[in-house]
Amino acid sequence: MTSLHWAILAPFLLAILIPFFYKYVRQIHTGWFVLVLPLSLFVFFLQFLPITSNGGVIHETVPWVPSLGINFTVYLDGLSLLFALLISGIGSLVVLYSIYYLSKKTESLNNFYVYLLMFMGAMFGVVISDNLIVLYVFWELTSLASSLLISYWFHREKSTYGAQKSMLITVFGGFSMLGGFSLLYVMTGTFSIREIIEVADVIVTSPLFLPAMILVLLGAFTKSAQFPFHIWLPDAMEAPTPVSAYLHSATMVKAGIYLVARLTPVFGGVAEWFWLVAGFGIVTLCWGSISAVRQKDLKSILAFSTISQLGLIMCLLGLGSASLYYGYGTDTTMYTTATLAAIFHLINHATFKGSLFMTVGIIDHETGTRDIRKLGGLMSIMPITFTISLIGVASMAGLPPFNGFLSKEMFFTGVLNAATLDIFNMETWGLLFPVLAWIASVFTFLYCMIMFFQTFTGEFKEENYDRHVHEAPIGMLISPIILGSLVIIFGFFPNLLSYTLIEPAMAAILPGLLAPNETFYVNIYMWHGFNTELFMTIGVIVVGTLFFLSMKKWAKTAIYLRERDPLNYVYDHSLVWLVKGSTKVTHIQMTGLLRDYFAYMITFLVLMVGYTLYRYNAFTIDTVNVAEISPYMWILTFVFIAATLSIPFINHRITAIIVVGIIGFLLALFFVVFRAPDLALTQLLIETVMVVLLLLAFYHLPELRKEKFTPRFKMTNAVISVAVGVVVTLTALSAYALSHTNNMNPISDFFVENSYDLAGGKNMVNVILVDFRGLDTLLEVLVLGIAALGVVTLIKLRMTGREDV
Amino acid sequence: MEILMSITVGVLFMVGTYLILTKSLLRLVLGLMLLSHGAHLLLLTMAGLKQGSPPLLGEEAAYYADPLPQALILTAIVISFGVTAFLLVIAYRTYKEHKTDDLDKLRGSADE
Repeated sequence: MTSLHWAILAPFLLAILIPFFYKYVRQIHTGWFVLVLPLSLFVFFLQFLPITSNGGVIHETVPWVPSLGINFTVYLDGLSLLFALLISGIGSLVVLYSIYYLSKKTESLNNFYVYLLMFMGAMFGVVISDNLIVLYVFWELTSLASSLLISYWFHREKSTYGAQKSMLITVFGGFSMLGGFSLLYVMTGTFSIREIIEVADVIVTSPLFLPAMILVLLGAFTKSAQFPFHIWLPDAMEAPTPVSAYLHSATMVKAGIYLVARLTPVFGGVAEWFWLVAGFGIVTLCWGSISAVRQKDLKSILAFSTISQLGLIMCLLGLGSASLYYGYGTDTTMYTTATLAAIFHLINHATFKGSLFMTVGIIDHETGTRDIRKLGGLMSIMPITFTISLIGVASMAGLPPFNGFLSKEMFFTGVLNAATLDIFNMETWGLLFPVLAWIASVFTFLYCMIMFFQTFTGEFKEENYDRHVHEAPIGMLISPIILGSLVIIFGFFPNLLSYTLIEPAMAAILPGLLAPNETFYVNIYMWHGFNTELFMTIGVIVVGTLFFLSMKKWAKTAIYLRERDPLNYVYDHSLVWLVKGSTKVTHIQMTGLLRDYFAYMITFLVLMVGYTLYRYNAFTIDTVNVAEISPYMWILTFVFIAATLSIPFINHRITAIIVVGIIGFLLALFFVVFRAPDLALTQLLIETVMVVLLLLAFYHLPELRKEKFTPRFKMTNAVISVAVGVVVTLTALSAYALSHTNNMNPISDFFVENSYDLAGGKNMVNVILVDFRGLDTLLEVLVLGIAALGVVTLIKLRMTGREDV
Repeated sequence: MEILMSITVGVLFMVGTYLILTKSLLRLVLGLMLLSHGAHLLLLTMAGLKQGSPPLLGEEAAYYADPLPQALILTAIVISFGVTAFLLVIAYRTYKEHKTDDLDKLRGSADE
């Protein structure tokens, strides 16, 4: 166990202690105890910066299930460190924010912080694990913790709905991902991502390549809320705002991004990966930005905005994977820009989206509403919140001088470069990317304006709020202020990140592209002259502003008014359909009638045996080895069969009992003929007792004796019965014939030779029963004993006063 | 002989199946009895029905009937007797409690 292992486990260990802090130290807000951990982890992870920025990695293994190749291996490189810093850094800020957001008097803080710590630890596990199975375990833990946090206010119906939805969708993806991981294991024989990347060229040629890729991508897309799996994210907004800020903007939803980036060296460089990742990314980008415009709730706007920005990052990762196709060469640097932009925007998005969620939380906390139709004129009342929002929104819209502007410019560069690609059919479809990206940017600009102006400008209406509106306490503002400052700092000095964080992360996503001792050129400039990208941005601002100014005209259109995502209709209805369908199926087959279940079982048995006989052509009949039939046997058998066949036609119960008795006695006669004296004796006795018992039982039921029973003939029953008879006969004939063709000798010669010598008895059957195979007899006696006890119990013991006995 | 017996066993199974598919509880018990008869006869048949002496060494015959299936059948007879007797008492008690032996009426309630 190295310090990195402990870093992953630390949140879980602290989570165990939280309830004690909560219970015994009531005067201090529990959040303060929690805050120490992410802060120290952030500092802890910072010390790895010099190592990874020089291309170094940390690689430590602790065996977990070594026999299955599952080891708790930690692997820290540029990409992992970037995520770890995001998780711990934003984690600290969110915990700090939550201390002021959640009241220690009214909220059950122990639940909140236990779930949050569990999530944090799981997230560290996802990004630092090298073993796919360990990664999967932590992955599912994040789903679980996320659902628990969404349903934190579990008495609200919407919260539990959102939690269930996110659970269903992300766990569906998680399972697919596990399938993909298993396929990777089948192809490579290892669960270690490192080792899988080393044999990536083997995987590409495997027939399992495409299924594995699709399954893994399903996991990544569901987690990262890509189209059409994004529908859980807006409903997850029922969680407390710190949770939304942390999980649903900065960390958990980026787990899918992380996975795609991490596995790019495995799957990247082929057309399918390029198109799936970039295609779904750009569709999500457009869909999310257009949907965000329609929202009336601030958190919903941010949710759809998150969806669209995640789509943007995903699209860039897909475009960047094209460079793997070319391998190392001078012309590849052009395409790696997309990867660079993805990483840069990942960081930027975490900063501005985190701060925006926090300011929205403040507005909600101080005004009691998040509805943009009620809000307005908060600029002078909440000046600090206003300033932070302005920075965040401007960055999100892609305005200079904030970091969003830089990443947006790089995004445009990426899509423009992609349009010039001449692989993967990009000659024909390449132009789609810049066009769609530009449209999405216009909508992004539009919802940013709506969000900002509807909240802070206009008239302040006192009657819309149920409380006295004022600026938030300073403690609540610290975290958004820090994030807002970062937005500006990264905007003005982007190169702070270039060679410390971004370059090592790029090297992790695109390994093997560089010659030794070479690094990606990642200088990011604030100003890069008048180029196409800049004109595109100007176009976005102009068109977006025009749209916003003419809002009154199109705000009445049906599409704008419909807030819910239309895909929810599909989701809700398929759930309802699933329940209805399964209920229907259950009702059809589970009739509650014993006969039906018998019929199912027997039919299945007959079909299975019959099919096997047919399939293997197994029916044979042996006429050579059979014993000859003596004349009286014909008569005996005829009477026996006739008696058996007559039973279904007998109306009277007592008669039926007697006929069954006769069959039993005839069977005893068979035993006599076939030289089994002991059997004949037993059968005779038992049949007598049986008939007496039957007659006694039904003679003493006077109502029943009078009641005449008319058996109804049922065709299906008859068919099933005849089939059973035929199948049994055919099986018996074949089995008998086969036992001779295979020349199997019975072991009975042993009994014949040794009964007297070893056991001292001359009756071989009895010797077998009590000597050679005495254990059978012992247990058979036990069966009889239990049956007798059961009979006595049933007759003697009666529960009274109960409805059912 | 084995062919004839196989057909007999088939008939026993056929009628037994038919009886357990009807709705009277008594006929279900009778059907199970017939099925166990069929199984016993099948056991005996499969070992071969060649003529020979009963499995008693006192006979001092050259050829004996196979003793092993007989021992197996003896065990099976006793066990099926125990089970059938128990089943019969259950049927009797069911009738006493519910005043019917119609299986269609003996259904669990909907929420069970």
